[in-house]
Amino acid sequence: MFETLSDKLQKVFKNLRGESRLSELHIEEALKEIRIALLEADVNFKVVKQFTDTVKAKALGQEVFESLSPGQQVVKIVRDELVEMLGGSNVKINFTSQPPTVLMLVGLQGSGKTTSSGKLSKWMQKNGHRPMLVSVDVYRPAAREQLRVIAKEIGVKIYEGGPDDKPLRLCQDALREARNTGHDVLIIDTAGRLHIDESLMQELREIKDTVKPHEILFVADAMLGQDAVKSAQQFHGQLGFNGFILTKMDGDARGGAALSIKHVTGQPVKFVGTGEKYDALELFHPDRLVSRIIGMGDILSLIEKAEEAIDQKAAMDSLEKIRTDGFTLEDFRDQLRQVRKLGSLESILSLLPSIGPFKDLQKAKVDEKEITRIEAIINSMTPKERRNDKIINGSRRKRIARGSGTSVQEVNQLLKQYAQTRQMMKNMKNTMFGGRKLPKGMKLPQMPF
Amino acid sequence: MEFITLFGPPKKKEPTVFEKIKEAVGKTKENFTEQLEELLQGRKEIDAGMLAEIEAIMIGADIGVNTTTEILASIRAQVSRQTLSDPTQLKNAIKEELRRILKVNYAPPRQVEEGNPFVLVMVGVNGVGKTTTIGKLANRFRKDGKSVMLCAADTFRAAATEQLEIWATRSDVPIVKQKAGADPSAVLFDALQSAKARKIDYVIVDTAGRLHTKNNLMAELEKMTRIAKREVPGAPHEVLLVMDATTGQNGLTQAKEFTKTAGVTGLVLTKLDGTAKGGVVTAIARDLKIPIRFVGVGEKMDDLIEFSADDFVDSLFAA
Repeated sequence: MFETLSDKLQKVFKNLRGESRLSELHIEEALKEIRIALLEADVNFKVVKQFTDTVKAKALGQEVFESLSPGQQVVKIVRDELVEMLGGSNVKINFTSQPPTVLMLVGLQGSGKTTSSGKLSKWMQKNGHRPMLVSVDVYRPAAREQLRVIAKEIGVKIYEGGPDDKPLRLCQDALREARNTGHDVLIIDTAGRLHIDESLMQELREIKDTVKPHEILFVADAMLGQDAVKSAQQFHGQLGFNGFILTKMDGDARGGAALSIKHVTGQPVKFVGTGEKYDALELFHPDRLVSRIIGMGDILSLIEKAEEAIDQKAAMDSLEKIRTDGFTLEDFRDQLRQVRKLGSLESILSLLPSIGPFKDLQKAKVDEKEITRIEAIINSMTPKERRNDKIINGSRRKRIARGSGTSVQEVNQLLKQYAQTRQMMKNMKNTMFGGRKLPKGMKLPQMPF
Repeated sequence: MEFITLFGPPKKKEPTVFEKIKEAVGKTKENFTEQLEELLQGRKEIDAGMLAEIEAIMIGADIGVNTTTEILASIRAQVSRQTLSDPTQLKNAIKEELRRILKVNYAPPRQVEEGNPFVLVMVGVNGVGKTTTIGKLANRFRKDGKSVMLCAADTFRAAATEQLEIWATRSDVPIVKQKAGADPSAVLFDALQSAKARKIDYVIVDTAGRLHTKNNLMAELEKMTRIAKREVPGAPHEVLLVMDATTGQNGLTQAKEFTKTAGVTGLVLTKLDGTAKGGVVTAIARDLKIPIRFVGVGEKMDDLIEFSADDFVDSLFAA
């Protein structure tokens, strides 16, 4: 992993104890690090230049806060400035009062327009709309077929049109169809194209002039490099898009291109694509991307994910069980299942910052199969055994191992882990709650390991 | 049998990357000029400002901070030793440094045993142009009179098989496929059996795009290479990582991860007909010593040409 910007800045300011103001010399040194960090995150070099100038102006002569080290202080300025740059208004989709609202997705080849169209339609559906899809990509082999398959999988209506229909015609017919059948959102998936391809850009302008989409969304790959500026500028110059979707954010690209695109077009990120599944489309949060660009992890996303996935009632129940000493293997299994609902353990770990207590956690490869094995072992026990592990003797262990396709050693190991977890929880109970009833509204951390 | 000879002796002179890009960019009204030339014109000596401008060009081409800093450090050293002082030499000095990095010693792929097909696996993240590149490669091999078979092992993405089928029809080659969601290794197994029986020269395997951070999908690739090796000795003979020229610094991580799990033997740089330069391959060549084999410069069947370090370096500095 890269050394994070905050680590580097701490080093720069190591010797700055006791000075009351940030000196120019120190700031120059810090700016060098900031510049490299942003360039490594694929922020365009011109944007970086302007950005560092702004930071310099803000940092110069600032008084050193008692509570923050100079390094932290500069990180704070950088952070705030980046959030400010990425944030902004008009982040929401503008729905028209006279439906259907027409959305058109445009972008380079392979940026993820078709997948995003599908995800967006699912998102619309979840939010109470009746979306309809149409693909006008008549160029890439099987592109329209791809959207048809996606629509079917999601269960969203698609306007298919004739095999030889031209893009403009497809848009017009789909719009009429949507209007007639009471669909309030029409999503147009266009063919990927290079921003310098005159004739294909002309085609988009024609669609825009005729169909008058309410939102044109530029689809941009999070892995884009320096060239993001050129393609975004061209697409924006010719079509005037209202925002962009940042795709493939489930990879480990820093996503600095988003900053470049926002900076040169002034249009905000509206959605972020975060996975292979069709519900992996999230609203954009500037602060999270900023943390990622400068390498501070994404704790907020993790917390939100946890809140969504974990059943509060189940959490309270298991807490009550710990209190009354009734934490059984069944509960242990339930907890494992809850954690798995968060997504793969690796994606969870990737959200943690690569500093502080989590430093080495990210390097740890988590074996997903291990959890499957644990579940299999518990599943192979009788209900009685699950409720009382003390009765699991040698021959029962053998049976459980056979039933779950594991070995007796693995069963032993699990029982040992369970006993430890239980002991840990008992101790926690004694220190935390002192045996009293849990205060109302208190949430219990759900990690069984 | 060497890979290079597989294309046969060059029948007609291939257009260079430079010419192809020139042609593509020529569609716009922009002029195709040498940024370096412009920068250096009329200047008598190398100064700090000049080097800063060159740095901006290099960073702007996605060459990356590390590689750029290293090259400029070497240039600065030459300037201070006064072995380099003339701005006109500067251009060549920088290009020479880049060429040195890019000319990775190319090891021809392993020998193919008599009666077995040459197995070529295409890998990469989502949306880089794997399927299109396969279509172009198939066409290339066919033109050289070789028999080709495509293997539709992207069973995940919607309509991926249909897309590959269209390419198979275009270059008139057989394709082995199964239904969507099938085990990619099973499709590969079928293809290899069929290719052996039919004495096919080349099997080109399409795999699903995957982000290198997804361990289970990467493990799937590892399994596929295992199956290939088991069914055909020495296979896969070549594993090509397809990379989009618009890719930024993440390209280096991609190359590292795919090499670790799938044993990448070469790179294909696609979409060079846009304005992106694809400079990240310099960092890949420098750090991982992976040779760049082909570049994609358009949407037509024959828009795939062999990589030339000289042309590529020229195109890095073209505006």
